[in-house]
Amino acid sequence: MSAVVAEHDDHHADDHHDHGPAKGLLRWIITTNHKDIGTLYLLFALAMFFVGGAMAMVIRAELFEPGLQFVDPAFFNSMTTMHALVMVFGAVMPAFVGLANWQIPLMIGAKDMALPRMNNMSFWMLVAGVLLLASTLFMEGGAPNGGWTLYPPLVLQPITVGKALPFAVFSVHLLGISSIMGAINIIATIFNMRAPSMKMMDMPLFVWTWLITAFLLIAVMPVFAGAVTMLLTDKFFHTSFFNAAGGGDPVLYQHIFWFFGHPEVYIMILPTFGVASTIIPIFARKPLFGYASMVWATASIAFFSFIVWAHHMFTVGLPIAGELYFMYATMIIAVPTGVKVFNWTATMWKGAMTFETPMLFSIAFVVLFTMGGFTGLMMSIAPTDFQYHDTYFIVAHFHYTLVPASVFILMAAGYFWLPKWTGHMYNEKIGQLHFWLSAISVNILFFPQHFLGLAGMPRRIPDYAVQFADWNMISSIGGFIFGLSQLLFLYIVIDTIKGGTGEKVTDEVWEDAGKHSLEWTLPSPVPYHTWETPPTIVPTEHVLDHH
Amino acid sequence: MSTTNAAYYIPHKATWPVIGTLGLVTMLAGFANFLNGSSIGSTLMVIGLLIFIAMLVGWFTLQAHESETGMYSHEVGISYRMGMMWFIFSEIVFFAVFFGTLWYTRNLSVPWLGSGATKEILHSAYEATWPTNGPAALGGKFEPMGAWGLPFLNTLILLTSGVSCTWAHHGLLAKNRDQLIKGLIATVALGFLFVTFQAFEYHEAYTEMGLTLGSGVYGSTFFMLTGFHGFHVCVGAIILSVVLFRSWKGHFKPENHFAFEAAAWYWHFVDVVWLGLFVFVYLM
Repeated sequence: MSAVVAEHDDHHADDHHDHGPAKGLLRWIITTNHKDIGTLYLLFALAMFFVGGAMAMVIRAELFEPGLQFVDPAFFNSMTTMHALVMVFGAVMPAFVGLANWQIPLMIGAKDMALPRMNNMSFWMLVAGVLLLASTLFMEGGAPNGGWTLYPPLVLQPITVGKALPFAVFSVHLLGISSIMGAINIIATIFNMRAPSMKMMDMPLFVWTWLITAFLLIAVMPVFAGAVTMLLTDKFFHTSFFNAAGGGDPVLYQHIFWFFGHPEVYIMILPTFGVASTIIPIFARKPLFGYASMVWATASIAFFSFIVWAHHMFTVGLPIAGELYFMYATMIIAVPTGVKVFNWTATMWKGAMTFETPMLFSIAFVVLFTMGGFTGLMMSIAPTDFQYHDTYFIVAHFHYTLVPASVFILMAAGYFWLPKWTGHMYNEKIGQLHFWLSAISVNILFFPQHFLGLAGMPRRIPDYAVQFADWNMISSIGGFIFGLSQLLFLYIVIDTIKGGTGEKVTDEVWEDAGKHSLEWTLPSPVPYHTWETPPTIVPTEHVLDHH
Repeated sequence: MSTTNAAYYIPHKATWPVIGTLGLVTMLAGFANFLNGSSIGSTLMVIGLLIFIAMLVGWFTLQAHESETGMYSHEVGISYRMGMMWFIFSEIVFFAVFFGTLWYTRNLSVPWLGSGATKEILHSAYEATWPTNGPAALGGKFEPMGAWGLPFLNTLILLTSGVSCTWAHHGLLAKNRDQLIKGLIATVALGFLFVTFQAFEYHEAYTEMGLTLGSGVYGSTFFMLTGFHGFHVCVGAIILSVVLFRSWKGHFKPENHFAFEAAAWYWHFVDVVWLGLFVFVYLM
């Protein structure tokens, strides 16, 4: 594997006629620059992470003891609903879009995203959608509180939505438009803007996983939009899509929702895989094990995501053939997922590993995501799922796949790329403290929820029977530690942007990173405009079985 | 792909996207307020719509100007084509949701309502046939919409408009301005004729056939599918009107006319959706 130096002429400021960013606040509103828009996405996601996190703190405070302590039940249910919607659509998805905006053009030698004006619009549509959703918190009747899945008939009853329903529906429409535009942009960028010398099978895995995720987004966001449109007409225009009295069926909503919802959870996990596959080889100082199998595993997970949706509905009364089909189809997903876990492990095997913060978060991701995967496998078994369904077991399961997986990897990505973006090194000591506090507290927070669920504690309730008291208290303590620990991350991000340790980072930042991916061949901090001339040679260290 | 990225046009600031977003969110917030019975709802909707229209005019004028002044390289054109293609794909998925709903309702949920324990215990008098407005006969007696009146005429109209659109495209390629403009005028006219006939159809449904959005699941699926399609015909006809206006101004070259192509793709997409509707909503 040869070290290669990519050509670029970005040091010559007079090579391009356009100058730096516009002055003042307006820069951030009208920008078309992929780095600016990436920053906007990431900062917005970080803010929403704390908003959604504050809601989680309300939930854990209320559940600290049995009985009703702080909030009334309707508001509690608003918190579970809004926590989910804010975290999914406001934090995790936008954070990955932010990474895509920053990294994809840098990694494939493109000078910007293919459709820069639309890129700007995607971001503002996201803000508009989240604002519309958040406005319901201040409305008569409060925010939606029928759960993030918005199941009818519950969500159509006045007590459950008050005035919020149309706002929630239109918010979904705006978020859908935002995601679809973002996805189209990513597809066009990867296909059309890639350096001529970069073949598809040379692309970093982060680019591959985002390409596949973009197809998932285009294929399922309109499905969610259609589903909530029918909720709206059932509520306000006398239609009967989900009303049995008129010949409709509320279960149909669940089918449509989960046809969107299952790919949706992979929309949050595939880019996670991509970042992990980018970070682990660099700190193991080895090429990624099984590059091609990683690509195929990603594609097959995406394919399977479309044909397993009813495993979320085992208890609604599906025909037995349906139960069996969805059970077996779901189990198959463990195969490509297992390929990935095996590959990450094999990448680290006998590697010259060092344990900087991004690597720590990535290793924790591999271990803890696998645990979330195993509980997923448990729930795929239809007969046993009847016991787990709608209990804290499922809450524990999907939080393991989202918090110590997607969120940890987002943290890892922050530590990994911030020095590249800002030219400043973060404080490694505080980073490691953040990691250990997070990794320990996240397990105190979520692991006991497995026990609670198996013992029968239902999800989405503000109060519970006294036998659940001990584990809930422990879970809440873990939650508070986890929540507080994240303030360290906020501090580190601000500190790094403002100068960090003061240590000047090299172009590569991490040892030999330039052999793995193009962004490390650019100067640190990355100039405002990059790749005016595409690189003629691309690094291929990430492709072990390259040619 | 070229060996230099310099030719790829990257605009350095954009004001229309944020204005368009503002218009759209104002419109939707207004609609939500309107549905909740708030008096400011309709005002907000109108303001939002005006902002949105201003954005469309401003943004497309800018794009047309940039295109005509040769700022778009071949690669930029490829990005636009990919963008349009995947946008249409997302629209196809959106329609697939409602076709899927129709399929599920007719083949699964309605038969379930009229058979087994559901029928025995809950509503023994209900016969699961299609069309249906459900066990509670919501919306009262109605007549289903037949296929061979206005809907069939509309099928012919839309198919003809597909032909005239292609004929206009051939005119553009052959530098036959007359054919281009006549073809587009015919296409736009047929498009609006289609929408007019659909308005007549809806009027008849509501006033004479007792068929409304409230006519149980038949009325719901019928109006949702045909309504969203009709909306898309309107949008397509407006896009084609803009293309007609630009053709009349002398825009477009045989080797470079993305706006025309995109409009034509969209129009054919709307056409194909209609064929699906005609078969699954009206005929079957």
